[in-house]
Amino acid sequence: MIELKALRKVFGAVVANADVSLKIERGSIHAIIGENGAGKSTAMKMLYGIYPPDSGEIFVEGRLCHWRSPRDAIAAGIGMVHQHFMLAAPYSVFENIVLGVEPLWPAQRQAMREKIKALSAQYGLAVDLDAKIEDLPVGIQQRVEILKLLYQNARILIFDEPTAVLTPQEARNLFANLKKLKSEGKTCILITHKLKEVMEASDQVTIFRAGAVVGEVKTSETSVDELASLMVGRKVSLRAERGAFEAKNVAGGGSKETGPVLRVKNLSLKSSLRDLSFEIAPGEIVGIAGIEGNGQSELLQVLLHPKEYHKKMSGEVSWLGVPSLSGSKTLSNSEIRALGVGCVPEDRHQEAVLLKRPALESFLLGFQRRSRFKKSVFIDSSRLAQAAAEAFESFDIRPRDPALEMSKFSGGNQQKLVIAREFEFSPRALIAAHPTRGVDVGAIEFIHAQILKARAKGLGVLLVSSELDEILALSDRVLVIYEGRIVGEFKHEEFSTGQVTEMDLGRCMTGVAK
Amino acid sequence: MRDSVWKILRFLRPLIAVSAGLAAGLLVTALAGENPLHVLAILGRSAFGSRYDFGMTLFYATPLIFTGLSVALAFHAGLFNIGAEGQLTLGALAAATVGICFPGVPAVIAPFLAGLAAFAAGALWGAIPGWLRARRGSHEVINTIMMNFIAVGLSSWVTLYLLKNPDSQNPETQAVAPSYLIKHLDFFGDAPLSIALFVALAAVVAIWIFLSKSTRGFELRSVGQSEGAARAAGISVGRMQILAMALAGGLAGLVGVSEVLGNATRFKVGFSPEYGFMGIAVALLGRSRPLGVLGAALLFGALHKGTADLDMETENITRDLSLILQGLVILSVAADGLWAWLDRRRSP
Repeated sequence: MIELKALRKVFGAVVANADVSLKIERGSIHAIIGENGAGKSTAMKMLYGIYPPDSGEIFVEGRLCHWRSPRDAIAAGIGMVHQHFMLAAPYSVFENIVLGVEPLWPAQRQAMREKIKALSAQYGLAVDLDAKIEDLPVGIQQRVEILKLLYQNARILIFDEPTAVLTPQEARNLFANLKKLKSEGKTCILITHKLKEVMEASDQVTIFRAGAVVGEVKTSETSVDELASLMVGRKVSLRAERGAFEAKNVAGGGSKETGPVLRVKNLSLKSSLRDLSFEIAPGEIVGIAGIEGNGQSELLQVLLHPKEYHKKMSGEVSWLGVPSLSGSKTLSNSEIRALGVGCVPEDRHQEAVLLKRPALESFLLGFQRRSRFKKSVFIDSSRLAQAAAEAFESFDIRPRDPALEMSKFSGGNQQKLVIAREFEFSPRALIAAHPTRGVDVGAIEFIHAQILKARAKGLGVLLVSSELDEILALSDRVLVIYEGRIVGEFKHEEFSTGQVTEMDLGRCMTGVAK
Repeated sequence: MRDSVWKILRFLRPLIAVSAGLAAGLLVTALAGENPLHVLAILGRSAFGSRYDFGMTLFYATPLIFTGLSVALAFHAGLFNIGAEGQLTLGALAAATVGICFPGVPAVIAPFLAGLAAFAAGALWGAIPGWLRARRGSHEVINTIMMNFIAVGLSSWVTLYLLKNPDSQNPETQAVAPSYLIKHLDFFGDAPLSIALFVALAAVVAIWIFLSKSTRGFELRSVGQSEGAARAAGISVGRMQILAMALAGGLAGLVGVSEVLGNATRFKVGFSPEYGFMGIAVALLGRSRPLGVLGAALLFGALHKGTADLDMETENITRDLSLILQGLVILSVAADGLWAWLDRRRSP
């Protein structure tokens, strides 16, 4: 059994954990949920020895523990599967599992292999010991991480957002593995904010909010809605209410545009995209559904950076009536953006923000050449500061401190800043790639509302998301992409009336049916 | 409370690094049989003791300001300019060439012309590896090193075969026309310090404004912070890399102003005691900030001047040992990584 008593941890001015006390039963699957920045990760990192608590006590199996580093925690039987796996990609599964305690002679190596095989059989974690990590799908890599912990005799396994990188099928396998671990007497702690998974996999749930534990419930006695309300501290709707955002219900609604905001004709890119044709009308959200790796990323790149790809691609693209790719003529990314095309990039950390700089600079990024933020060749810092302050207010970005380093903001707030930035100059077209990836429930609701509100004012949106729920909730039209081809097209009404189900869509996404 | 202490420590960290390095260096001199306090006194007196001494410190610091800014600017764009040595060599050669080939230019514009040539030559020498990086993806570290060798060879050839000073056995060019020479700062006595110092100070201010206030500077920094984010924001990453390397090269080229127009009146092969490489340490110590570079360049200038005299004024300290002292200070500065590690452990 694990008991945390009155843990407190402060980073600078931020109280990450105010007074965290919780108990985790031995041999259970215990979910720790909360929005980004609620303190759940901090608490678990203290349990795992990454941070020392400022005050409070940690008991593991009745013993008071003072970790100096994760090494102590590991020795006491605690293991952690990090969100980003800690595996050496070019090494084999076996080499990764024994990393740090490598065999010295052949007999020892054999014994180690036997032990790993036994563990993998006992816990149903089948994996080829000689495969290289880089050749394995992420679901199997995660299995290797678990095996590694079991090999180190971990009795308590902490999973940090374990399904963030998994496909739905892989996630289901993981939950089966968790149940097996539990039946063999291991304790599993699941840090997550995906409530469906909590309901599916856990026995007990602890809810964090604003650095404190605000609830502790048995999974069997709760519901997704109750958990969501506990997490956010108010009632939230998990389905975007499209009705409230119809053009007639939004001030300034109604489209002024006439032509399509994006027109794609016979677009092909080497082997990744094959003869794509579609249009997006003003005030329309078109969702691209598909399993990741079927050409979505390439499509976004080609639409946004035709200049870099034009030698490898064919077809025609025009944004807001202006050809960005036709014959040998292409527009650069900055020219496309200047037309009024906004973009929420796929990878927030790599493409959307400057993590090490004040948030203000991320807010400026991409719009530094707009006359509003320029004074001859200089940045108009007073206007920028004012615009940022207003955006922080209207998009509820917390903390309200544009001078704070970007990396100090939670994922949800970073994403809100990106959306606020892209909406600052009222784009007429928007590419939204995974707009709510790694974002907590409250922020998801907010971001969806912003997109729908802009749609009502005539914004055309190309939405790419790996979350089917999100695509279904927002899109007026869904295009299904499979192996670089559009293999299906569905209208919102077909879903809302039940003519087409998620299963139909799933079959389409895997290329089984049209 | 603990946090404010930490903040102050972080702010003082370059100073702490320098002191630790200096302490280690003095320890070495003690092992060599000198009284460390005596050594420290000589260092201080030699660097700051008189107008002349301080003038010499500033004289050494001036080219280091240029090269330090050069390396720092490239750092801001995420590039490592190891080519300042080659860039300054060609900058100096270009200044001398213009001064020799166009003797009739009036004194009002002559130094500007030569300075422009120095900047342009350095900029070209920086832009080439910048272009190779941006368009061909070959790493600027390797290319700038290679360009250093080419610069040395090229400048020697031009000096010996085209512009050789017929009256000297040394590998040096003829003198530039007198109209090109810039004003000497007489306040510092015999120290060969010229108004090139003010050019360097102006460069510090200009680069500071460019980086922190201008739109273009913001774009350049964005590329250094995250190429992906800059690209997604419509900034041409390649163009910024070329620009950064060209500016970096140009700054290093301005060493030609202080050396040729302000001091030697001619280009001498091997005139630089590796100002270009010291620029890397200056930029690191100054944490790539223009004002930091200024401070670091002054420190290195003082160390350079101070250690040069140690050799003469003490029994047991040779030139090599004073280089060790300098090296220890640089090493200690480079150990910055330890602090970054401590920082990481403290914040999520």
